[in-house]
Amino acid sequence: MSEPGAVAATRPHAAHDLHHEALGFWRTYVFSVDHKVIGIQYAITGLLFLFFGFTLMMLMRWQLAYPGAPLPLIGRLLGEARMPGGMMVPEFYNELGAMHGTIMVFLGVVPLAVGGFGNFVLPLQIGAPDMAFPRLNMASYWCFFLGGVTMLVSFFVPGGAAQSGWTSYAPLSVIAGTGQTMWIIGMLFLITSSLLGAVNFITTTIQLRAKGLTFMRFPFFVWAQFVTSFLLLLAFPPLEAAAILQLMDRVAGTSFFLPSGLVVSGQVLQHAGGGNPLLWQHLFWFLAHPEVYVLILPAMGIVAEIVANNTRKPLWGYRSMVYSLIFLGFMSFIVWAHHMFMTGMGTAMAAFFQTTTMIISIPSVVILTALIISLWGGSIRFNTPMLFAVAFLPMFGIGGLTGLPLGLNVADIPLHDTYYVIAHFHYVVAPGTIFALFAGIYYWFPKATGRKMNETLGKIHFAGSLVCMNVIFMPMFLVGLAGVSRRLYDGGAAYDFAQPVLHWNVVSSWGAWTMALFQVPFIFNFFWSIWKGEKTGDNPWEATTIEWAAPSPPPHGNFLEAPQAYRGPYEYSVPGAAKGFVPQYEA
Amino acid sequence: MDIPYTVEVRRDTGLTNGKIGIWLFLASEVMLFGALFASYILIRTGAPSWPRGDTILNVPLATVNTIVLITSSVTMVMAWASLMRHRFGTFRIYMGTTILLGCVFLVIKYFEYSHKFHDGLYPGTNNFLALYFTLTGLHMLHVFGGMVVNAYFLGPGAKLWKTNPVWFTNRVENSGLFWHFVDLVWIFLFPTLYLL
Repeated sequence: MSEPGAVAATRPHAAHDLHHEALGFWRTYVFSVDHKVIGIQYAITGLLFLFFGFTLMMLMRWQLAYPGAPLPLIGRLLGEARMPGGMMVPEFYNELGAMHGTIMVFLGVVPLAVGGFGNFVLPLQIGAPDMAFPRLNMASYWCFFLGGVTMLVSFFVPGGAAQSGWTSYAPLSVIAGTGQTMWIIGMLFLITSSLLGAVNFITTTIQLRAKGLTFMRFPFFVWAQFVTSFLLLLAFPPLEAAAILQLMDRVAGTSFFLPSGLVVSGQVLQHAGGGNPLLWQHLFWFLAHPEVYVLILPAMGIVAEIVANNTRKPLWGYRSMVYSLIFLGFMSFIVWAHHMFMTGMGTAMAAFFQTTTMIISIPSVVILTALIISLWGGSIRFNTPMLFAVAFLPMFGIGGLTGLPLGLNVADIPLHDTYYVIAHFHYVVAPGTIFALFAGIYYWFPKATGRKMNETLGKIHFAGSLVCMNVIFMPMFLVGLAGVSRRLYDGGAAYDFAQPVLHWNVVSSWGAWTMALFQVPFIFNFFWSIWKGEKTGDNPWEATTIEWAAPSPPPHGNFLEAPQAYRGPYEYSVPGAAKGFVPQYEA
Repeated sequence: MDIPYTVEVRRDTGLTNGKIGIWLFLASEVMLFGALFASYILIRTGAPSWPRGDTILNVPLATVNTIVLITSSVTMVMAWASLMRHRFGTFRIYMGTTILLGCVFLVIKYFEYSHKFHDGLYPGTNNFLALYFTLTGLHMLHVFGGMVVNAYFLGPGAKLWKTNPVWFTNRVENSGLFWHFVDLVWIFLFPTLYLL
């Protein structure tokens, strides 16, 4: 890449026009305030963390498939403390489990879905020159980055990273080693980052939308990000409060989460007592249930864009989808205790949370149904983004429907904390959200780079991932229904009742490792296409939304002239229209 | 490149970006302190006995602090109102007073804390003190944060007054909103911790 400053210097008359490029390498690509650069930074960091979290899981899958067997080659590289003789110690397994969850949710999927796609696409889709607070946007990314670094560094502190699960349930987490303190500090950075991001997204959406772009003309993706931002804004602070209280428990010797007379390793713990471990669970799930919708709503937004574009039809029931989205966002704040049926909350409380949980499934079903009906009668183009988007529908459907028994107290009690739960939410997040994110990468790649990703490699990536995802997670339903707990270090090998289903652990593991191989075409395709991909115009998918009015890649300030919205977002198959569709931005 | 609506309001929303931003931020702050107050209720209702605040804490000092903080909210409004009337000199006096009152609040809080430590009362002593130190500590961080922002507008940030007085006035208004919020949190903390 040529030095932008040098260009400006050799062409003094152009210096004014190139003012933004004259910032130099660091301000242009590293400490940039441009939403597109920040979006790409978020996306790449998020992808790296997804890959790292996936690697942690692949190590766990070895232990689950072949408990106690030494891991060839890699095992010895991880050191005598963690894998003596290549065999995994239980503490290391717990470390991997806790950090896999934390990294995938807080450092992988959310930064990619909200930080990456939200930052890059949202301002373009509403016709804005940038985010409302560009410097806050940069601060948001660097807070996220620091949070990620803190989490990574925690692997190297004495005792290793956090080992109390991604939920960090007290009192286990309070008496855990130094890694847990690092986890809390990392979370505080991540919470700050998402707070800054949420404020910025909401303000940008309300204030910087183009002339004529009323709320009901928003692309569905904008609505999804808008509602998601409210969830981040209002659900994260209670976790921040919880994190502060846990930090006090660990550092200042308070007893917010420590009950009186707690016995640890046969010794009564010397502390004031009187705390409440359930308080942590309430505060944690008050965040973490809306967080589930933070994971899924942007995915629904991406899928809606791609489905409308490739069926060449308007979305079916756009308005009901939008109202469902808002209702979903609201309801997500009053279902959290369905994660806590095992705490003995009593029938009155359980009845309330069962009812709200059943109610919240309705808007999800409305959105999913609307997307499926949108396919009806369309002349569908099955390009790579569309394949991932279409696969999202049944995968998310399986994840959603298997969640219903978990929302009912009676059915939840035997299923709680089994592999059934793991299978359920991974169907929502892995072949659900992550497929939607892949779809989004293939779909908006031409906007970010001016080049398309290779279709053949994309289809290999898709087919392999779809098969492997199901090979990984479908057996977990069976293992879970047999009653195997999700947190067992040996995958259930020590229990007689688990023997008939143990072979499924091997199937899942091989599915996971094969899945890694099928990501190779994607990684290669991603980098190869940046430089060698097929060049495209500004609107390669013949889409109608405003981001396609900008040049590919969009310059600083995005649009050559301020765009204006003249109609709704999905005017496809318009009778009599010259190109068969009418972009939102054309008069 | 300029971001629209940083200085002038958008016609259809009637707001500037900063105004929406600060209110959203305050909404999240309400959730933060709301969660902490909820924790207070849960821990207190679950406790077999709970001390009355005035048997442990110094109510007269806290009353003085309440007056100090409310007064500082008044001077904060006056600082903003001075800018609205284009009286920059008066603004500096009021803004300076606001920061000074913030300092007074922190100094009184310092005496309260050190007195507790002197008596051997620490956050780990019992859950009443744990809540007292955590809640007031977090509140003090907010007071300090507000003072830093206000000091910036009194010092280097005031340059903006020369080039863009409307923008500067908006910024002072927004930092004032935060200051009032911090004041309001104390209005809830004072009876909850000291009187109930």
